[in-house]
Amino acid sequence: MNAIIEKLPTGIPGFDSVAQNGLPKGRTTLVAGSAGSGKTVFAAQFLSEGILKYDEPGVFVTFEESPDDICRNIVSLGWDVPQWQREGKWVFVDASPQTEQETIVAGAYDLGALLARIEGAIRRIGAKRVAMDSLGAIFSRFDDQSGIRSELFRIAATLRGIKVTAVMTAERTEEHGDITRYGVEEFVADNVIILRNALDAEKRRRTLEILKFRGTNHHKGEFPFTIIPGEGIVVIPLSSLELKQKSSDIRITSGNTVLDEMCGGGFFRDSIILVSGATGTGKTLISTEFISGAVKQGERCLLFAFEESREQLFRNAIGWGRDFKRMENEGYLKVICVYPEVAGLEDHFIKMKTEIEAFKPHRVAIDSLSALERVSTAKGFREFIIALTSFIKHEEITGLFTSTAPTLLGGATITETHISTITDSIILLRYLEMNSEMRRGLTVLKMRGSMHDKSIRQFTIDNTGMHVGEPFHNISGILAGRPVHVETVEDFCKLGRLLKGTE
Amino acid sequence: MDGKIVLHLYVTGGTFPSENARANLKRLCQERLGGCCQIRVIDVLEQSELAETHKIIATPTLLKLSPKPSRRIIGDLSDSDKVIAGLGLCIDKLQADQEEE
Repeated sequence: MNAIIEKLPTGIPGFDSVAQNGLPKGRTTLVAGSAGSGKTVFAAQFLSEGILKYDEPGVFVTFEESPDDICRNIVSLGWDVPQWQREGKWVFVDASPQTEQETIVAGAYDLGALLARIEGAIRRIGAKRVAMDSLGAIFSRFDDQSGIRSELFRIAATLRGIKVTAVMTAERTEEHGDITRYGVEEFVADNVIILRNALDAEKRRRTLEILKFRGTNHHKGEFPFTIIPGEGIVVIPLSSLELKQKSSDIRITSGNTVLDEMCGGGFFRDSIILVSGATGTGKTLISTEFISGAVKQGERCLLFAFEESREQLFRNAIGWGRDFKRMENEGYLKVICVYPEVAGLEDHFIKMKTEIEAFKPHRVAIDSLSALERVSTAKGFREFIIALTSFIKHEEITGLFTSTAPTLLGGATITETHISTITDSIILLRYLEMNSEMRRGLTVLKMRGSMHDKSIRQFTIDNTGMHVGEPFHNISGILAGRPVHVETVEDFCKLGRLLKGTE
Repeated sequence: MDGKIVLHLYVTGGTFPSENARANLKRLCQERLGGCCQIRVIDVLEQSELAETHKIIATPTLLKLSPKPSRRIIGDLSDSDKVIAGLGLCIDKLQADQEEE
């Protein structure tokens, strides 16, 4: 009994990483979830990915919807089930209710015919995978529920005997409570996965949790996922990505010489830099300089803009002496403008990941990251940032994210609190009211693994970009947004000399 | 020929409910249906495709294919009254027909 349980890679993107290489091979896994949580998609995708990626035929046992309905619903996800049926790679066992006939019960019965049909279908196409969707429907059709439970157990045991890996789906009545309505888990499931589609602060958030895999490992906790047309379920593995990050001591330019000096010689490659400040302090400018600095060195950049349109961005860049259009034409730059509200955070993540994988940039700039806060819950946003930074670091890309502070003077952003421990460098931009004049200040708050300039520098902006000047002297409270002139010893001496009349 | 009753009984090998169902059906046919039944017993272990065609889930399952409408009864058929009622045959008419003959 202590034999190591092998895993079967499902091929569902992200899932195998969470499940540490897949589902327990030759076993049945229960996938439980409330209505609309994606159970049927999971079941169908388990078979589809098997056919597409591993050439493993599959049997789909449907208890609820007719095979035609299922085909219709999942063709939109990009799986050509009718074609696979013709090729003998996908077979339906239709156990859905036959509407035209009512069933009369007259004496003892079992589900022997169903089992024989499943076994027969497996034999006919040499199936390695079986999906059963969904068990609730069969319980509602037969009165003898304990009998049905033991029959399902018998089916699971039979499948195990013929070394077929199976997924059974079952309904949950509530998101947090009993695993399933009919207590199936006690009988069939050594392995339980829960899909959730919870409403939190007016936003839907899909998560997947592996509750147990008997005798084998998996990552714990809830992992966000999304369902994308053409791809199906994509799980976003969070913690499973984090540990592989390498760190580089190669320096790269920020695009601004003085800022490079302040950082002790530039940013580190594959580091994450957060630029935080109120609106108009120069965050977009810093990301523009970051991009043009890279392009000058022949590096490729990808800019995700969530606040401004293409036209606005390009006009801004021209105003600072940078030509985004030319950079794009030469293939060094790709600018992607998306309105945050068009999709959920998970979908944004997948899209960004796809774009990064396709363009293979050296640098990624996101302006601004905080705009994405609007479309998510705090928890979801934190997970998004962790997933994104892990991915960017893993690809050895330098990432520069901007974050907009809610107040003009001082203030921390929510993005900052979520991200500050993950970022390698933090640059703060602040407005300063001095002598009835608004000035801009910049400081490098954090530079992981390196000495850096700790002063707060004044900077100005003109049609050639950003000019970082001298540190502010005798001023305190800049970061808090309340600059105060500080008297120094030197000032006292000067005052003394004035009073004595020597000056 | 109108009165011909066509029944298909789906069983799984020689399990108890299956054996009981065979015996019960035979008895029922003789005692209550005047013996004029055409019965076919199908073992799903050998002919799973046929079970697939008729979407049989439970065994034993009795299918009445003729006369229409078709009917489906599951269980070992030990509850004779329920089976007779379930088949939806007009027994009086059946018996009257037989008497005419």
